[in-house]
Amino acid sequence: MHAMTVFYTIIQQLVNGLILGSFYSLVALGYSMVYGIIKLLNFAHGDIYMVGAFVGFGALGIFGNALGIGWLGITVALVISMVLVGFLGIVIHRIAYQPLLNKNAPRMSLLITAVGVSFTLFNAVMVMTSGEYKAFTTSLGYDGISIGPINITYTQIIMVVATAVLMLGLYWFINRTMYGKAMRAIALDQDACRLMGINVTKTISLTFFVGSALAAAAGVMAGVYYGSIHFYMGFIIGLKAFTAAVIGGIGSIPGAMLGGLILGLLETAGTQLPFVGSAWKDVFTFGILILLLVTKPTGILGKSEIERM
Amino acid sequence: MNDLALVLQNVETFYGKIHALKGVSLEVPKGKIVTLLGSNGAGKTTTLKTISGLIQASAGKIEFYGRDISKEKAHNIVSMGLIHVPEGRRIFKDLSVKENLELGGFTLKDESLRRKRIEHVFEMFPRLKDRQKQIGGTLSGGEQQMLAIGRAMMTDPKLLLLDEPSMGLAPLIVQDIMRIIKQLNSEGTTILLVEQNAKIALKLADYGYVLETGELVMEGDSTELRKDERITKAYLGE
Repeated sequence: MHAMTVFYTIIQQLVNGLILGSFYSLVALGYSMVYGIIKLLNFAHGDIYMVGAFVGFGALGIFGNALGIGWLGITVALVISMVLVGFLGIVIHRIAYQPLLNKNAPRMSLLITAVGVSFTLFNAVMVMTSGEYKAFTTSLGYDGISIGPINITYTQIIMVVATAVLMLGLYWFINRTMYGKAMRAIALDQDACRLMGINVTKTISLTFFVGSALAAAAGVMAGVYYGSIHFYMGFIIGLKAFTAAVIGGIGSIPGAMLGGLILGLLETAGTQLPFVGSAWKDVFTFGILILLLVTKPTGILGKSEIERM
Repeated sequence: MNDLALVLQNVETFYGKIHALKGVSLEVPKGKIVTLLGSNGAGKTTTLKTISGLIQASAGKIEFYGRDISKEKAHNIVSMGLIHVPEGRRIFKDLSVKENLELGGFTLKDESLRRKRIEHVFEMFPRLKDRQKQIGGTLSGGEQQMLAIGRAMMTDPKLLLLDEPSMGLAPLIVQDIMRIIKQLNSEGTTILLVEQNAKIALKLADYGYVLETGELVMEGDSTELRKDERITKAYLGE
């Protein structure tokens, strides 16, 4: 291949990988935050992303007439989805997890309720949508910036910027606000937090709200980007985002961001490499990840303490 | 009006099936230092945890300035002005010194008040000011105890429960900590002090109780307790 062609391909794939990685990162954050604070692998989190996509789809359907199905309508739908799905996260926490936490239940029981919540969400949406694909129709075109054969659409640019804004917002919240600091403190010592006057249950609920809202944002953006949604879309991304969270170091917020981006970039790189291609991309990606974890079992930014599940 | 900061009446607490407190009654008058002595496993820490709401009492009454708090949640009790500095200090090891203090003032609604209280703690412990950006876990044992006390002082508590502040500290540092406790008390803070080190506790306190396997077996002015043969034999090692 000509050197310039290789260069163009790399840039183009970098952009594609960044988009995919953004979705993984946003979902991985919720995984990591919830794990950090209550040591629960919230296997329903991928389905939260899926529900987010459908709520955004529904909101766009309702407000699309008035606001249009361009960026204004999409932004409104995104915000509505983030808020509603955030509250769904709180409801799930209060009904399915907190009662077990109150009784000091074994972690394995929590894990099973999480699987139960996953099936519940998944089947509910399947029934409501008759298991059909829904076209996530928007008026966004393929306009963008072209440099030689490289084509980056405005949609792609806005998605990456939106993800960056959400992550910076989260970073600010976690490090600068009292409730953000309380979240980090709860991950370290719950009883000590009670002695500071922190309402631990409420703060855990808030964590579910934030994590679910971020997953919902990713769901809506994925719907807009790929143009169609279905009840099954959360399953694979749930697993991959979980992987991303572990790669980054589960419990670490910058780790989840980094892990998602690395996973997205590896996957897109895999499709382009000779001898790999799209059929083998997962083998390639997970092969590298296994190597990475074997070398650093706690993940890239994870702390070297022994965690029990 | 009310001279008693804290009153416990026949408080009973269970740890699962273990009857940890078997009817404990004690009083902490406002402005005083009262100490609770006893050997390992006597129920001293359980008593404090029951007062601060980390464990629920199964029977009895806990009154904080006349108000029954035995059914209150821990975080609500903090808002009332009762602060518990737990055994082992329990500072947030991955957070900075300043963030630890800020969390101590979590219940303060006003950001400027929180800043003012931090300045106050820094005046009390200049060493914490020098290390405010440092991660809590990197502090020495004595500094961690200062941070734990400083964190508790963020809300200007009406009653301070201190659980073994001398634990694991070098004798010189223990003296420092005891001086600080004395100073806090002379500035008006009421204190219930749990200690294994009866010698220093009785030097500080106005009044003392002795706990044995979940029951109070002795009480009195600390000057009397210091002379009591049973105390000197069992706890002062003389």
